[in-house]
Amino acid sequence: MSKPNIKLRDPNEVMKLSRLGSFHQSKLSFLRSFIREFKDWEYKRNIFELDKDGYGVAVYSFEKNKRSYSLICFAQYINPNERSDRVIATKWDTAFVLHDGIPTQEDINRLKENVPKQEIGRMSYKELALSRANKSVRVFDHVVNSLSEGKQPDKNLLNKVGYLYRTTAVYGSGKFGLADRFRIKNRKEVYGPFRLEMMLVYLVRQFTFDQVNHIAKNKNPGKAVQLDENIARNLGIGNSTGLGMAPFIVNHPTLLHKWIYSREKALKEIRSIEVVSNEEFIFFKNCLTKSQSIVDTWLTESEYQNKKINSLKSDLIKFNQFIEKDCSIKVKYLWNTIYLWVEKNLNEECVEYIVSMMMEPYDKIVDPLINNMSSEEEQYFSIPGHRKISELKKILEKKYQSIIKINFKEKNSIANFWFISKNKEEPRVANRHEEQGAELEQPLAIARDIKQLYEKILKTNQSETVADFLLNNDDLRHVVRRAFIIDQFPYSEIQDNTIGASLMPIDMLRLKLSFFGAVKFDPRSDKWLRINMYQGAPLSHELKNSDDTWIYNSLN
Amino acid sequence: MITFSEIETTTKRASKAAGFSWGVAEEIGKSIRSLELFGLPGIINLNQYLKKIKKKHPTKITKIEKENKTADKEFCPIYSGVAFLDRCLELEKLKSLKFYNVSYPLLMLPFISRASEIMSKKILVQFDNSSFLLNFDKSIFSKNIEKQAQSQAKVVNIEFIENKNSFSEQDWKELYKLSEETFVDESDSLKKTAAGAGLTDND
Repeated sequence: MSKPNIKLRDPNEVMKLSRLGSFHQSKLSFLRSFIREFKDWEYKRNIFELDKDGYGVAVYSFEKNKRSYSLICFAQYINPNERSDRVIATKWDTAFVLHDGIPTQEDINRLKENVPKQEIGRMSYKELALSRANKSVRVFDHVVNSLSEGKQPDKNLLNKVGYLYRTTAVYGSGKFGLADRFRIKNRKEVYGPFRLEMMLVYLVRQFTFDQVNHIAKNKNPGKAVQLDENIARNLGIGNSTGLGMAPFIVNHPTLLHKWIYSREKALKEIRSIEVVSNEEFIFFKNCLTKSQSIVDTWLTESEYQNKKINSLKSDLIKFNQFIEKDCSIKVKYLWNTIYLWVEKNLNEECVEYIVSMMMEPYDKIVDPLINNMSSEEEQYFSIPGHRKISELKKILEKKYQSIIKINFKEKNSIANFWFISKNKEEPRVANRHEEQGAELEQPLAIARDIKQLYEKILKTNQSETVADFLLNNDDLRHVVRRAFIIDQFPYSEIQDNTIGASLMPIDMLRLKLSFFGAVKFDPRSDKWLRINMYQGAPLSHELKNSDDTWIYNSLN
Repeated sequence: MITFSEIETTTKRASKAAGFSWGVAEEIGKSIRSLELFGLPGIINLNQYLKKIKKKHPTKITKIEKENKTADKEFCPIYSGVAFLDRCLELEKLKSLKFYNVSYPLLMLPFISRASEIMSKKILVQFDNSSFLLNFDKSIFSKNIEKQAQSQAKVVNIEFIENKNSFSEQDWKELYKLSEETFVDESDSLKKTAAGAGLTDND
């Protein structure tokens, strides 16, 4: 077989929301790269001052070469009717903050006054990430009761939920007084995106295990047993995620590009491998087999998601048959053959699943990409005003091919608008034709505004400079900037209408969450979902000897 | 302490609320963050300026020349700054420019600072008794700055500084001579084996 001409996948196809909303975790995911980076750091439980009911303060830390990061946990009693996953909640079972260094008693006292208040508290530049979580009361109480009676909890119940606590927000980068990113961005260990947020969630998980063991022991000191480590390992941390994540991927175009480009580059390099070794192929097949248990235990009441899961399951049957019957390492460019078959015969949900799986045997391809998944966004902010309108027109025609064909005069094309809620300063989406407030729309209707820019440009003298054009058209400045960004970063833009009637905002959430490494997407509506993070991850004392395929150990 | 990220987000939103487009508001967010990072009073100036224009939004600048006077009462520092930034490569040939009657002139500074980086040239900005040397958007050296808001400047002078050394040839020679003391004399045999040695170049 002659060398196939393998290119990066076309952004006009990859960046469609249906495709992005089919992404799965992979070796590039941030929680996996966090564990790879921090596995040889010294883990410690510094303080554990909880009362018999599990309320009080705990501190956990990672330390290496005189650098340390600490999670400070504040657990409190809350009335059951105050417990809410919604962002409008004001009290949580436990509040957490990630501190730069080991906190002094003075720091802990200061944070005790602020961290439980979350958004209305103030952190300092010494704090790096902020979060809160609520117990999954049904599971938490069951585990405590079982352990206190000397029994292990019911695995079936645990499998259905998958965690003891669910976080409802994780904040970082300069929010509520937290350190601005520039203060820490040159630290090698936190160079990967969201690495500190991933650390926070990992340590929160450890706290949840320690807390149930502690309460059970205090409840029945003579009889209580510790939570079995095999059971604990299969518990992650839940997360309820709403629309807050959606604008992020629109507001950070170069970062979005870096994430998607890394995935696409990995895929291209893997497809370009001429000879696949037996070891690599077996590794792939093992991961695939194990991973299917995640699909089998992926439970949701969402019709939308169930349809996707069922399509994934039936496609995986087809794929397994194809692999067994038609694939052999004797085939040159085997991965390319597999990819082309997958793209032709399977649905997007399964295509992207297989793409993630194909990365598994290739540390040498994936690892160098991890450190290129952050972006110095400031560098690309300025608009090259000296360029000509004819150049801008070419960019729009090439990079927004399908966007400029959308008819925004149709009511359905502009059905929604994005706004920031006054109550909680959170992004929301609403029906433009039914709700008030469209005049305060956020600049997230990129497709509509690009089309408007294109139509204006068609009527403009093509030799005019962009600077001259902007003098009279500064209402389009935000999309002119984006056009010059996409010219350099082809995967920086969602190639879909983010205000159309058929918009599924959860597709935007899933894109981001898949890069986090979340599994078991469980949409609770088209606007929010629940997920699980770190299910199957090594426990803190196992980190040093852990391997990167831990994610497939869950429930195996 | 308010973080720079909060400064950028809030100033962007406030500017939009004051009537600027989202694209210009994004520029303002970055600019005020930059002023505050450089230790200059961005928030105070912006807050007062946005209050001032709440009832009547400023007129946009239509072109930039060597001497800029407005038929309006005064120039908007934001629109003037953005327009300057967008066409800075074209304006470079003017060597210096003047803007007469600029409202809250400090707000124009971060745009000119970014232009300094794009043009790879230092820029000197002067108004009233204050002067600012803008170094490629990496730093701003300032003299006699107002700690509080300055509501207007009669003239804002902008001068592009040619890329030239700040030291004499003699200073450089002396320093270079000292640096030579880290070099080692090469022996004849080493010279014979160095790259390109021994062969004719006419082959």
